[in-house]
Amino acid sequence: MGRDEFLFLLLGLKWTVALSAIGFVSGCLAGLAIALLRTSGIRPVERATAGYIALFQGTPLLMQLFVVYYGLALIGIKMDAWAAVAVGLTLHASAYLGEIWRGGIEAVPRGQTEASKALALSYASRMKDVILPQALRISLPATIGFLVQLIKGTSLASIVGFTELTRAGNIISNQIFQPLTVFGIVGMLYFIMCCPLTIYGAYLERKFAASAR
Amino acid sequence: MNDISTTVDSTHPMISMSGVEKWYGAFQALRNINISVEKGEKIVLCGPSGSGKSTLIRCINHLESYQKGVIRVGGIVLGHQAKTIDAVRREVGMVFQQFNLFPHLTVLENCMLAPLRALRLGKEEAEARARQLLERVKIAEQADKYPAQLSGGQQQRVAIARALCMRPQVMLFDEPTSALDPEMVKEVLDTMIGLAEEGMTMICVTHEMGFARQVADRVIFMATGAIVEEAPPAEFFSNPKHERTRKFLGEILGH
Repeated sequence: MGRDEFLFLLLGLKWTVALSAIGFVSGCLAGLAIALLRTSGIRPVERATAGYIALFQGTPLLMQLFVVYYGLALIGIKMDAWAAVAVGLTLHASAYLGEIWRGGIEAVPRGQTEASKALALSYASRMKDVILPQALRISLPATIGFLVQLIKGTSLASIVGFTELTRAGNIISNQIFQPLTVFGIVGMLYFIMCCPLTIYGAYLERKFAASAR
Repeated sequence: MNDISTTVDSTHPMISMSGVEKWYGAFQALRNINISVEKGEKIVLCGPSGSGKSTLIRCINHLESYQKGVIRVGGIVLGHQAKTIDAVRREVGMVFQQFNLFPHLTVLENCMLAPLRALRLGKEEAEARARQLLERVKIAEQADKYPAQLSGGQQQRVAIARALCMRPQVMLFDEPTSALDPEMVKEVLDTMIGLAEEGMTMICVTHEMGFARQVADRVIFMATGAIVEEAPPAEFFSNPKHERTRKFLGEILGH
């Protein structure tokens, strides 16, 4: 494998990073909304968000990407592969992060909510200043774990024709007929991104376990 | 006067509860509660566990809702609208058994948060007020520590300072010394006695009968969700009228 082939893989890597970043950032924003709605105390809203979460956790990411890319085109919403994958990953991430953070919010002791209510804090201040900082801290290891899943999940974008790392690998492999070398390198590139995150997540988990004692 | 007044009015009793009833499903937690507390009065609420005393004071700042009756705080009728609930909570401070300090904020930040957010004070004013009240509970030198770095007694004093930073008209204490090691009870009680001497209106759920004797204007005894007996401490301890009260006093004083 020559230099040009390797550079082509790096170009794919760039799109994998971009997709992961977009999916994660917009997934975080939407996921925060989902987590807040899921814990709002308003029954129909809680049910609806629980359904949303169940839907996206109960179906394969690949199928979700198909629906957004091919399905939406059928009803006249035409998106290029890039936008479709970004939307699909965002929906997917929002459901998972929403559920992770719901758990975090509910793990904050009730007394925190009671104390902030007794101090006349509004709902917005109660969440922003008291509950979420504690809930996000509790959820941080699981959030990082999900980010790793998401980075690997972007490889499915190759199936709707988007040239990220996996598809770049596929293209090169078809050109130079060295699948073992090419996919070995592709795998290494994923590993270099994911492994430090996994180690960091485990470190945070140990740190919080120690401070909880 | 309009219906949803949200300013404290000095012509009314500080707190009045009339005909308040509360159920958890089929279980009745409060039965026909009638209490009137004047400005500056100190009330001690006692009774066996499960008698509804915590539930009662938690109704006053609407941490618990109730199904029947009327609660007024300084003339504000505590309805179920957010506006009146907020108005009441700005006037009523509360101290909890488990302290409930915010663990991710320093002692100083704990005290500044509500004045900044709920009273919209400027940062400097909120900080000056927080430092002054931390001084008053004798813990000013701990201002930059986190709650977990303090002893239980210190944490509870911070919780008292945090509530006082809202300049409340009334303070509610929900078993403030029950979670403390015995050697730390006194420092918290001394802080509460100091507050009482300065004329704060207080309702305290506590089993500290020494505190009740020294500070209370009235002791209210509850059992099974109802008020059984209500008397000044001298009379309450020396001459309890009801069998339930005698039995309770025998149990907590009788060793």
